[in-house]
Amino acid sequence: MSDPTPAREPGGRHPRLALHELKNPLAGPFDLELAPGEAAAISGPSGSGKSLFLRMVADLDPNTGDVALDGAARQDISPTDWRRRAPYVAAESGWWRDRVAEHFAPDRLAAARELGARVGLAAELFDGPVLRLSTGEKQRLAIIRALVLDPPVLLLDEPTAPLDPDSTRQVEAILKGRLKDGLSLIVVTHDQHQARRLGARHYRMRDRKMSPA
Amino acid sequence: MSPISLSPLDLSIAAALVAFDAILSVVLRLQLHRQVLIAAARMVVQLVAVGFILRLVFAMHHPAATLVVVLVMSAIAAREIAARPEQKFKGMTGLALSASGVAIATVVTVGLALLTAIRPHPWYDARYAVALVGIILGAVLNSGSLTLDSMLGGVARLRPGIEAQLALGASFHEATFPLLREAIRRSLLPIINQMSAAGVITLPGIMTGQILAGLDPVEAVKYQILLMFLLAGASGLTSFIIAFGALRRLTDERQRLRLDRLR
Repeated sequence: MSDPTPAREPGGRHPRLALHELKNPLAGPFDLELAPGEAAAISGPSGSGKSLFLRMVADLDPNTGDVALDGAARQDISPTDWRRRAPYVAAESGWWRDRVAEHFAPDRLAAARELGARVGLAAELFDGPVLRLSTGEKQRLAIIRALVLDPPVLLLDEPTAPLDPDSTRQVEAILKGRLKDGLSLIVVTHDQHQARRLGARHYRMRDRKMSPA
Repeated sequence: MSPISLSPLDLSIAAALVAFDAILSVVLRLQLHRQVLIAAARMVVQLVAVGFILRLVFAMHHPAATLVVVLVMSAIAAREIAARPEQKFKGMTGLALSASGVAIATVVTVGLALLTAIRPHPWYDARYAVALVGIILGAVLNSGSLTLDSMLGGVARLRPGIEAQLALGASFHEATFPLLREAIRRSLLPIINQMSAAGVITLPGIMTGQILAGLDPVEAVKYQILLMFLLAGASGLTSFIIAFGALRRLTDERQRLRLDRLR
């Protein structure tokens, strides 16, 4: 597959995120370039390989091909550093401690509460147990968990699927702000209009191949 | 004091107690009578066979004979550990892991006992080596299978949380540490119970056997204490080796969670 729409920064510098021949036996090859502040939205039927694609970019599933961040090859970056710079938020959030606050680094908790307030999450939620969260609350908190890392790249898998329209708008408002500050975003979405609202390039995934929509 | 020898008649009278279990099963329709009888018969055949084999091996006074017996016993233990968990590794990984756990834990603890505490002449004397290995393998089997089962069952259950941490830049070690802790903790509970109960709630089998065989109780107790320490060490060592080995196989050079390596 050829590169759909190469997006180079003016001056011919390296793109923020560059994928070339990214594949594994289940999906690909994928080629994609994103400049700082640019977003790509991917839609397509279930099982078409959207999540697989994001997991390969995050290096959570085995894959081959070239991936680079600001010109630095992914294989030269430690896996932990890589995922901190390009965190992946799964469609179904995972939790590993009992209380919500324990899922945030102590020095990021204040920032997390602030973001929470902007998406309608009460500050008390952070002090409560994960068990008491609704699916929508979990989803917003999972996105905030990634946002407080202040990453240059963010990979979101159906971030607003379990959210009501108001919360969806609030999350999108935060994402748009981050895009303006230079975040590069790849978002998998079933929402036809989300790509447009985020000003994202739109791709369609079919049979584990991606093409511009 | 010499042990009181048991005649076949003595054993037949005791066997009547097994018949009682079988009758109980028939009367209460437990459908267990066949199983009880088969298990009892199997136990008799296995133990008689082992008795004759050991008599032969003891008489041979040859390190190779001892080694063969020890290897066969260890191989069976390794196979049992690998077969126990519901979730299993693909291929031979599970077997390789449990074999290394069994081998290292047994060699270290039995070696320590033979070279420092018991010191038979020669040190490979089958009477001591085989008996010790047999007891140690019981503990190794217990802690090894508990460890492997909690590791593989736990990693499948905790996958969303582990992957969420990895996806945010946590190291594989950080993300799976609670799993490792839980597996090793669980595997140590039986030996802790065994040590706390020893002498108060239960008279350990070895000690009872030695007392029945005519040994002075205090001498028997000393042996039992030594054995408990060996069992505790072997349990921890097996668990540690199998837990860390399993973790290594569950990840790769890019610190991914490789559940595709499970069946």
